Order: sequence, then structure tokens, then C-alpha cells
Amino acid sequence: MLSKRIIACLDVRDGQVVKGVQFQQLRHAGDPAELARRYNTEGIDEVVVLDITATIEGRRTLARTVHAVAQEIFLPLAVGGGIRTEDDAATVVDAGADKVSLNTAALRDPALITTLAGRYGSQAVIVAIDAKRHGDRFAVYVRSGQTGTGRDAVEWAREAESRGAGEILLTSMDRDGTKAGFDCELTAAVSAAVDIPVIASGGAGTFDHFTDVFTSGRADAALAASIFHYAEHSVADLKRHLRNEGVPVRINW
Amino acid sequence: MIALVDYRAGNLTSVRKALTALGADFVTPAFADELRHVTAIIVPGVGHFASTAHLDEAWRAAILERVAAGTPLLGICVGMQWLFEGSDEAPDDPGIGLLAGRCVRLRGDTERRVKVPHVGWNALTPPSPAPSTLLAGVAPDSQVYFTHSFAPPVTGDCVAATTHGQPFAAAVERGNVFGVQFHPEKSSDVGLQILRNFLSTVRPAS
Repeated sequence: MLSKRIIACLDVRDGQVVKGVQFQQLRHAGDPAELARRYNTEGIDEVVVLDITATIEGRRTLARTVHAVAQEIFLPLAVGGGIRTEDDAATVVDAGADKVSLNTAALRDPALITTLAGRYGSQAVIVAIDAKRHGDRFAVYVRSGQTGTGRDAVEWAREAESRGAGEILLTSMDRDGTKAGFDCELTAAVSAAVDIPVIASGGAGTFDHFTDVFTSGRADAALAASIFHYAEHSVADLKRHLRNEGVPVRINW
Repeated sequence: MIALVDYRAGNLTSVRKALTALGADFVTPAFADELRHVTAIIVPGVGHFASTAHLDEAWRAAILERVAAGTPLLGICVGMQWLFEGSDEAPDDPGIGLLAGRCVRLRGDTERRVKVPHVGWNALTPPSPAPSTLLAGVAPDSQVYFTHSFAPPVTGDCVAATTHGQPFAAAVERGNVFGVQFHPEKSSDVGLQILRNFLSTVRPAS
């Protein structure tokens, strides 16, 4: 049976891992390669490096960071944040990324999804969607959550799939960094609408939050950052908990 | 020296990294006749079966000749599917036909929440207690990383099956021909062990 994946996210700025609350108030959390090595030992299933620097200087640092992380792990490695062109994607793929995650650029230029899927295969293209509740709907935001787009998250996920995306990385902006639990309604709505895997993100605080998002949230994978970075909880303990709850996970690594 | 065949199906960075970590010497030959000088051949691949069309008659003849001479061959993902007669993903592009059977599309099932593509970690189940070269030292039900929509059938050559809606061949062996549908280079220690097992079949150049 296909396991539910636990993904560690490294939010990287200027080569260092940082973590904020609801996309603000950043604090330092360590060296990316060192964290990746630790997560690998603990049994993480996948790693995402998310570049939250927007400067040209920062982009050069990113390729070095991706290379350093890739040297530590024999696991799928996804890279996102500020990938706007085919060349940006090629830079991180050449540095060792298996997948690229598109966000703002995919909305501005949806053809980029198809271009990258054609060049690297759909399995290499993640479309990241940052969504916020508006009544009973979910609105898509871009530019690190600063700008509304008028798009509906479920409808945009469907379009991304039809254009060649291989996975959806779905972040609840309302829950990001709050440790109040994943937005299971948002996740279930998107997961039911597409055939490609949906990675839930934003709000992980307890082990039961993961159980919830894998059951009522219908997530294929769950991503978290701060819950792991500060060693509040180990990945291994989380997986044992999930297994005891009847959620299929990879235990023997 | 091992040949890592680059036929422009995705990037080979991860495979290169894994082979380097295992201490293997490898080249990516530009021309098929360079295969004469290698001790093993790896055909990797992510993406679409149609990209195997880049492996033209010269490559096929060279690979078949080397396999007949006993050189170990490993196909990974699309590279494994290519070892079979063909795939429904690209019906006009034949495989090399070293293994019997055709690759078919996995069937999704919304009701049972089986999504296609099959992406993630899934278990390897040996179909019988028959000894396997690739799986030596790999615990039963070990998990490996998959990302694919098409898969080869379970035949007599299958040494590990995986089930995603339906069973398919996750690892095959027939003499010196080996194939894995998953990505050993992204499957952590289990994957590295499987690659190491393949490398253990490689005889030093005479």
C-alpha cells in the first residue's frame, strides 16, 4: 500500500533555514544541509527547499544550498521559491533538485507548467498553491501571500493538473506557523478534485494533526517545518504514532 | 567502467550522485560503439516512454550484443519498462524486448483513493522465496520511492511486486538483465543497497 509521505520543508534565506508565523516574523533554525542530514537519519520521506530570498544574490546562494542538501540525502528533493523561468528551473535541477515547485510564476504564465513538464516530466513539476479562506471558498494568493489573485484554489488546482503538474503543494495561509492543525477542509476539497497527489502544508502542531489531514483531509503527503526544526518532535516518533493510528507510513529505512 | 546511458529522459543528477557515493566509475557514452568497453550498462529514465525512441538501432544492437556477451544491464523506471516489448504509453515505440510482456497504465480508483500517477513510497513484496540478486540483504516489505503512471506486468522474471490498485513488477531479473520500476537513487539506504547489489554482479574489466 502506498505510504503517506512526511515531508520536511526548509525555508531558506541567504543560505540559512528560517521559519516564520503566517509568512512573517522570521527566526533562524539552522544550516540546511545539517537539518537534511538529521531528517534523513530520522526517516523523513522527502525534503523541500523553499527559497524565501528574492534577491539575485540570494538566488546564487540557492544553487549552492540545493547542492549541499542534495549531497546529504538519497531522497526526493523539491525546490521552490522564486522560480520564474525555465532557466531558473534548470539551475536548481542541475544543482540536484528532482522536482521544482512553481507558485507565482505558474499563475502568471501557466504555460511554464507545460514547458517544464515537457522537459523534465510531470513528476518533476509541483504547483504550489497558497490559499486563504473567504467564507466557504478558498482564495489563491501569490507573492508570499501578499497579493490576492481572484482565483479559486480548487479550480486552479484542476487547471494546474490539466497543464501538466505532477503534484500540488497546498498551503493554508490561515494555519501557516500557527500549529493549530492543517486545514483539512481545504485539503480534502482540492484532493477530491484532482488525480495527482496533494501535499498538505500549514498548521502542523501535534501528531494528531497529521492523522487528521491523512484521513479527513485526504492528503497524500504532509509537509511541516518548525515542528521538526526545533526538535520538538522527531520524524520517527511521528511515524510510529501514525502507524498505530492505522495510517500507512514508511517505517523501515 | 559502467555506462550510464543518457537518452535525454530527464536529468541524471541523482543517479550520478548515487553511483559516485557507491564508488562506481561511470561514463555517459556519446555513441553506442563506446559500450564495447564497459563492464555494465545502466539505462535510467524519468518521464515519457516515447523518449526511449532516442535509443535507435545502433544503441539497441550494441546493448543486445553486450547483454548476450554477459554484461550486466540495469533499467530504472522508464529504462526498466524499455526492457519489455513495449508500453501502452507510446504504442509506436517498441521496447528492446529482452523481457516478455507489455507495460500498461495503472488504473486509478477514486472510490478507493488510488491516484495515478503512483507517487511515493511503497513496499516491495517478493512473489516467492526465490533468491534474488538485487534484493540480497533487503528486508521483505522494505519501501522504495516510485513515480510513474505505467508499469510492467508480473511475470516469471519478477523478483518483487508492488501493489497500487493492482500488482505490477517492481523489480525483475533474468540472467544478467535487471530492472527496477522504482528509483533506487531516491530510495535512501534500501535503494543504495539494491544498486550495490547490481554493482556486485559487475566483473572487473579484463
